Amino acid sequence: MTDGHPLATVETYALVALGGFAGANARYVVDGAFGALPATLAVNALGSALLGFLLYEQAYLGVFSGPMRTAVGTGFLSSLTTYSTFAVQTYQAAPLVAAGNVAGNYALGIIGVLVGRHVALALAARVEA
Amino acid sequence: MNPAYLVGLGGALGAVARHAVYERVDNTTAIPRATLGVNVLGSLVLGFATGLGAAGVLGGDALLFVGTGACGAFTTFSTFAFETVDRQTRSTRIAAANAFGTLALALAAAALGFALATLA
Repeated sequence: MTDGHPLATVETYALVALGGFAGANARYVVDGAFGALPATLAVNALGSALLGFLLYEQAYLGVFSGPMRTAVGTGFLSSLTTYSTFAVQTYQAAPLVAAGNVAGNYALGIIGVLVGRHVALALAARVEA
Repeated sequence: MNPAYLVGLGGALGAVARHAVYERVDNTTAIPRATLGVNVLGSLVLGFATGLGAAGVLGGDALLFVGTGACGAFTTFSTFAFETVDRQTRSTRIAAANAFGTLALALAAAALGFALATLA
């Protein structure tokens, strides 16, 4: 199926929906296990690291591309992580907790992407060697 | 209904709506517009839903579907973090503007959502 074909569009949306179903439930399970703020921090850090790996891997190697990238990246990982829950929890927290929550999510999210990029680069270097 | 279905169906709906936004909005701009848009809009709706929940207007099942499922999946932290790192390779100022601009707008949207819920 080529891009732009109506069935390819339906397939893409189905994969995104499937990934979204699983990603939101994975976040819900973590939420039940860790409690509100630590759970959001954990899924955001982990999801950022995995998405960083996935997207940089796609750029350097291209093993995970097409439908796989859509289901895992756009569907699962983007739904596993959440900005709205982070924003509402920060808004509801006491000032010091709110500041720590912002610092924690931003630091671990960005470090996560950098770690994902590093692993993708290292993998690409090994494959080319 | 089983919470997994409420969260999952809301999540599927949120992810599909987010994908539909990315299909229509150019996200390759200096500040990624689609990501900023979904994150601010989702924070507004989640603030509103959480406010309605605190007031007893929305029950637990509705909050799982709309809040944990739909708003949680519609917005994305991982894409935001990836794009902030990606933009940093172009310009640290753009990356910082994206990081702190998204934060300021999403927090303001969440606050506005709560305020609107007290009026409802």
